[in-house]
Amino acid sequence: MSDTDKIDAVIDHHRRDGTRLMQILREIQEQLGWLSPATLTRVAEAVGWPRAMVSGTASFYSFFHTRPRGKYCVLWSDNITDRMLGNADLMDAMCKKLWLEPGRVSEDGLVSVNTTSCTGMGDQGPALLVNYRAITRMTPSRVGEMVGLIRNQTPVAEWPAEWFAVDDNIRRKDILLAHDLVPGQALSAALERGPEKMLAEIKGARLRGRGGAGFSTGLKWEACRNADGSGANPAHYVVCNADEGEPGTFKDRVLLTSYADLVFEGMSIAGLVVGAKKGLLYLRGEYRYLLEPLESALAARREANLLGKNILGSDFEFDIEIHLGAGAYICGEESALIESLEGKPGRPRIRPPFPVTNGYLAQPTTVNNVETLAASCLIAAHGSEWYAQHGTDKSTGTKLLSVSGDCERPGIYEYPYGVTVRQVLEDCGATDSQAVQNSGPSGVCVAEAEFGRRIAFEDLPTAGAFMVFDETRDMFEVARNFAHFFAHESCGFCTPCRVGTTLVRNMMDKIARQHGSPYDIDELFKLHRLMQGASHCGLGNSACNPVFDTLNKFRPAYERRLQSLDYEPAFDLDAALSQARQMTGRDDAAAHFAANSQDEAKA
Amino acid sequence: MNQTNTFQLDGEEIPFTPGQTIIQAATAHGTYIPHLCWHPDFSPYGSCKLCTVKVTGRFGSSCTIEAQAGMEVENRTAELDDKRRTLLQMFFVEGNHFCPSCEKSGGCTLQATAYELKMMSPHFDMFYPDRPVDASHPDILLDFNRCIMCGLCVAASREIDGKNVFAMGGRGLLGRRVHISSESGKLADTDFAVTDRAASICPVGVILRKRKGFAVPIGERKYDLAPISEHVTEKAP
Repeated sequence: MSDTDKIDAVIDHHRRDGTRLMQILREIQEQLGWLSPATLTRVAEAVGWPRAMVSGTASFYSFFHTRPRGKYCVLWSDNITDRMLGNADLMDAMCKKLWLEPGRVSEDGLVSVNTTSCTGMGDQGPALLVNYRAITRMTPSRVGEMVGLIRNQTPVAEWPAEWFAVDDNIRRKDILLAHDLVPGQALSAALERGPEKMLAEIKGARLRGRGGAGFSTGLKWEACRNADGSGANPAHYVVCNADEGEPGTFKDRVLLTSYADLVFEGMSIAGLVVGAKKGLLYLRGEYRYLLEPLESALAARREANLLGKNILGSDFEFDIEIHLGAGAYICGEESALIESLEGKPGRPRIRPPFPVTNGYLAQPTTVNNVETLAASCLIAAHGSEWYAQHGTDKSTGTKLLSVSGDCERPGIYEYPYGVTVRQVLEDCGATDSQAVQNSGPSGVCVAEAEFGRRIAFEDLPTAGAFMVFDETRDMFEVARNFAHFFAHESCGFCTPCRVGTTLVRNMMDKIARQHGSPYDIDELFKLHRLMQGASHCGLGNSACNPVFDTLNKFRPAYERRLQSLDYEPAFDLDAALSQARQMTGRDDAAAHFAANSQDEAKA
Repeated sequence: MNQTNTFQLDGEEIPFTPGQTIIQAATAHGTYIPHLCWHPDFSPYGSCKLCTVKVTGRFGSSCTIEAQAGMEVENRTAELDDKRRTLLQMFFVEGNHFCPSCEKSGGCTLQATAYELKMMSPHFDMFYPDRPVDASHPDILLDFNRCIMCGLCVAASREIDGKNVFAMGGRGLLGRRVHISSESGKLADTDFAVTDRAASICPVGVILRKRKGFAVPIGERKYDLAPISEHVTEKAP
């Protein structure tokens, strides 16, 4: 089969539908290795889109390659927890063994090694992706073996199976993880109630979104249900947000691995309530390995008459399709996710209008977190009264925490809302903790004095990340890692975030190089104020949170790096000479500015 | 005039018709709100954030917020103009803007807005990005060093010319750029024409006509004669 035939087969399989561009591009790339200019032209012609739109999408996502990539593409997860487990040394060793510079494809086109944002394996790092397959628990010896396999060009499918093992690491179960529902039980309870009463139960249970923002699920479903579809194909849609991109979060991965039925059933219940016939699950590209198991789970549900037409003998019709993302944190924002579902770059939309009235394909759409949808099954099966007994008044039910970092037992912990940070630290075996990054980089950095605070919407809302740092850790480096993350993940649409995240990153690097001064600290605060108010979406609004929090709570970590507490020029004269040194092949003392100025000072 | 259909902009009473955004109503009234990516002929894009105003204590883009009766909006306050200056400085450091050698100087919205807001220096370290120049087209030069990602060429080509020559693509500071609808990525390989609306929409010096350089001497150009805030009625309906 020629390359063109392969491309055409993929496009035809997706009915030449441009809104399926993400899936088309991914499937073509899985076969051809990369997306060449000719491939993009052919795709654009076939789906009838302007070529610039197709290349615009292809170039937006980190996991799409518009230049040839190595036969082996190694991407090290570079969250702070991976750093703490030593990923930098391991990656360095790998590059040295392969005679490779990070980010460059080897001269023979065999391999490239680079970093990527958190791959959702915080409890079993250092983690990486090889040709977009997840590998956990890297060690020096695994690095050596892996280099051997790459050199011998052993196909990734033949690599040791245990490398690809991903553990659930469930450490504490509560009502959700210890549920005793059988597939179909919650859905049949919902069908028996009917959409209106089911909606009333969700509202009565006071269920709130588990993605972090905590919007009332009942109100969201109601607004979606009450909105009318429009245009030639009026419809309602349910979207499950499984783009678990917040560094340090991995609870959705566990739900999708071992509780997929609960998630799909929650989507079906949402479909029943809002009047949707179709649900879409947006799975982050890092979880590509879950696609086949999830497809099988869907097939089993169709077989069991839990999806499709006349579900469980009723006139309810609903089915679910899985869309894969391709490495873009911003797609966790619901309107960016919808853009991505439509085949476009994940750029957050102007709101209003909100997705509940103008969502996927401009139709009423409810976008809910994986965990929220799973929790709705408990409400369907046991009723709102039972559910609301758990948790606190304003935060009913339970929350899954993805615990990682400095603790003996990292993994998934389910608690009723209201649990204190201290309790979680005790349970996971964390000692001498100095801070917890709650809800990931865009959340709150909680210092020791605040460990009595509670995980709940009324105190510490969370999307689920719980990264623990003991007193040996340098909180400045934690914030700097997050600053790099946001600069890498900014979509680039609005000015304050596009430029601001890079300015913040550069300033943090400057301070790390010990060239910072109090002036830079003031600048960081100024950028924080600007980005928080003027950015287009939550990414830009919260991108400075980790810097702001650590500046306020761990100021000495910054100050001991400031060369002068008074003033330091932004321009480094000696660094500016480095190119001249390289060109002249000199590195003697006289070729350095500092040396010269010291001599002069002595004279 | 219906008295209920007004809002306050820096204490000034601004009339509006329902559905109008704050910037639309202000512009129709002759009041200037600094902006770069907004253009009255196109639906709001909302990327530059220069038009950020404060509505009852909350920041928002005046190009996307609909005017409401009785709304109190802050526009040219010291706080907002300070933020706008920082945003302008961000534009100046992320691209390569060398006004003295730019054909657009004096007619450039970015330059004129920076003068209006009294931006005195770029403030931040320059990024000096490596951006391409496309001189392939017989009549048009594209110099992306000056691009401010306003999306106006994309909208004009799509909505008025019906051609879709441009699209915004890529991600982040280094990736985001205007993509051109040809396999080579060159403008010459598209059906772009000098008569297209997109050929004359660029607010900065990216899309330039060839062989038209310096037709009006520097010093006598649009914003040399009057500051941008006095040109507000040009964009009024």
